[in-house]
Amino acid sequence: MDFDLSDDQRLLKESVDRLIADQYKFEQRKKYLTEPKGWSDAVYAQLAELGLLGLTFEETLGGFGGGPVETMIVMEAFGRGLVLEPFFPTVILGGGLLRRAGSPGLLGGLAPAITAGKLKLAFAHIERHSRYDLGDVATTARKEGGAWLLNGAKSLVLHGDTADKIFVTARTSGAQRDRDGVGLFLIDANAPGVSRRGYFNQDRLRAAEITLSNVRVSGDGVLGESMLPTIEHVIDEAIAALCAEAVGAMQVMHDTTLDYMKTRKQFGRTIGSFQVLQHRSVDMLVALEQARSMAMFAAVMAAEENPIERKRAIAAAKAQIGRSGHLIGEEAVQIHGGIGMTNEYSVGHSFKRMTMIGQMYGDADAHLAVLASLGGLFGKAA
Amino acid sequence: MDLNFTDEELAFRDEARRFFRTAIPQSIRAKVAEGEGLTKDDMVTSQRILNQHGWCTVNWPVAWGGKDWSPVQIYLYQDEMQQADVPTPIAFNVSMVGPVIAQFGSEEQKQRFLPATANADIFWCQGFSEPGSGSDLASLRTRAERKGDKYIVNGQKIWTTLAQYADWIFCLVRTDTAVKQQEGISFLLIDMKTPGITVRPIITIDGGREVNEVFFDNVEVPVENLVGQENKGWDYAKFLLGNERTGIARVGNSKAKVIRIKELASLEFAGGRPLIEDTKFREKLAAVEIELKALEMTQLRVVADERKLEKGRQNPASSILKLKGSVIQQQLTELLMDVVGPYAMPYQRDFDGNNEPAIGPEYASEAAPMYFNYRKVSIYGGSNEIQRNIIAKAILGL
Repeated sequence: MDFDLSDDQRLLKESVDRLIADQYKFEQRKKYLTEPKGWSDAVYAQLAELGLLGLTFEETLGGFGGGPVETMIVMEAFGRGLVLEPFFPTVILGGGLLRRAGSPGLLGGLAPAITAGKLKLAFAHIERHSRYDLGDVATTARKEGGAWLLNGAKSLVLHGDTADKIFVTARTSGAQRDRDGVGLFLIDANAPGVSRRGYFNQDRLRAAEITLSNVRVSGDGVLGESMLPTIEHVIDEAIAALCAEAVGAMQVMHDTTLDYMKTRKQFGRTIGSFQVLQHRSVDMLVALEQARSMAMFAAVMAAEENPIERKRAIAAAKAQIGRSGHLIGEEAVQIHGGIGMTNEYSVGHSFKRMTMIGQMYGDADAHLAVLASLGGLFGKAA
Repeated sequence: MDLNFTDEELAFRDEARRFFRTAIPQSIRAKVAEGEGLTKDDMVTSQRILNQHGWCTVNWPVAWGGKDWSPVQIYLYQDEMQQADVPTPIAFNVSMVGPVIAQFGSEEQKQRFLPATANADIFWCQGFSEPGSGSDLASLRTRAERKGDKYIVNGQKIWTTLAQYADWIFCLVRTDTAVKQQEGISFLLIDMKTPGITVRPIITIDGGREVNEVFFDNVEVPVENLVGQENKGWDYAKFLLGNERTGIARVGNSKAKVIRIKELASLEFAGGRPLIEDTKFREKLAAVEIELKALEMTQLRVVADERKLEKGRQNPASSILKLKGSVIQQQLTELLMDVVGPYAMPYQRDFDGNNEPAIGPEYASEAAPMYFNYRKVSIYGGSNEIQRNIIAKAILGL
């Protein structure tokens, strides 16, 4: 057992940390938000230059060959900076689906463009009624000749507004909530029949509502007719990545609050000298370290092929992250007082991102229910 | 980064698992599992088996029976011991006074005390707390006045765990009243059979007798029983309290409790179905399991880091082990009580020593006493509020 980073991982960490320190100060981020896309093309190009957009692709494909630990390193740094660019949907979701479900031809064809920053991806799987159930799919896929026709409405598609290609789930057979028959398709974002409405989320990341009307897809664009287990594995990896991002955001909130406690004076003394605030700050530290531990656990277990063991771990981690995130975010704002409420101050932005991570792919209660149904963490699975 | 244990570490773990589950009598381990009090004989028997195997005083210097184990090995040793419900070696002997004597004691003291302490030939108790000195330990007032080659000790200690079993007590005593509190304290070893010592039991809310008051009335202690230098006792006490960093989280014990809770919850019924199938109960337990898993990972991070830190420096994560570990232990005793439901109610300690049949299932009788008893874990060894003060100062710089 060894928690040390390898030399390569250390170099990766240094370069990502430097990028965030240099390019993602609070004022810089504000500027990126005013750009037309709501994020910075220049920063995205830098991610490509650093090789980060090929993070999880094999080296033979021109990628970095990174696994869950590399993902954790990058996402934690992005969580500190509150990165706006579509790294997560392109590399983690899109890259993950390509690697696990794409044909060698598709993967080999797209990986270089993704790595070069020329192709952005999104994953459209949420529907109005589906909440956190990846298998609850009403969008239909109907076979016509050698192609499939997709019809339906997808919601809350992260960075769906600027994606060049979009992965879509659609039902090829069975009833709306059957585990079998969830097909996975890759469509061009500008294909006939696709319409998109882009908007900001609370955390100022972009998303889109997408409607599909007789969208035709064939050949390599058909990744499989019943792909739920594969999709679940990719989402589990994505949850592990989000856990790491959340730890970065929590770390910043904890650090910022601590600095504030040491400088802000009231009643002639720093507020950090008050025991009631000291104890709350300690509870924030405990929540942070517990979350960091579970983010590591999630990273290790994300690669696990046994879906039950993997799910137990991922559910536990996401639940912990949700709980820790709420505590740290709420306390960070509270201890700052009025200034913590303003949009002009950084803490609120970390709080908002943290809170939205909490709502993604299942909140703490949803994951607690999953874990409980699987028999908990210790002893045999149910 | 590789969070898997190496093959050597796994082999060691398996060896430890086998040893603990075969060498220590099942009757003793069952008592630990059920939360039943151990007799002195149980503790001594178990410790002697460990000592004979060379697995009792692993944290001592190698010259005195310690092991040159890696932090991971020490972690696995503790974890397996706790999961197998093996009684932890008497803490006063092995974690507390032993390392202090080995570090600061004279050669004569080492020869005289260390082998006997390791083998539980001497049963130690700890004389730190006083009625007026709980969290504010340095304010202690038990006096030791030098008269020729003796100290004359007068005063009172309280919360002295298992003093009724103890052959010796290690005490913090005041040897100088004219200086700053911390600088007038000495570390004395006192034979409990010395005239002038009175032990009075304190019955705790669980109905058990673990703690005592110990009174010293003109107790004569030979000066050779002073450890280290006079008035340096506070330093030795700090060494003692900082000595055990990772075992204190008791992750292994808590893991064993989780499994036991699941077993018992499949025997108890609620609404005509096994309690373990009740969604609300399962979620309540799962929530604690998550915290426990996180704590286990945190502990492993501390363990892995120990190799790299220079002595005396602490990983910030280590400070949360006691804080979080204590709360988890308490939550699990609460869940155990939930499992037995109304059968937590009968007070069955009065049945000890006679053959009255148990009321309700055997396993229910200790559920409530254990719940009450475990309120102590966030109080002793520096209450959780004191822990927060320490973390705020030492880690957060507040």
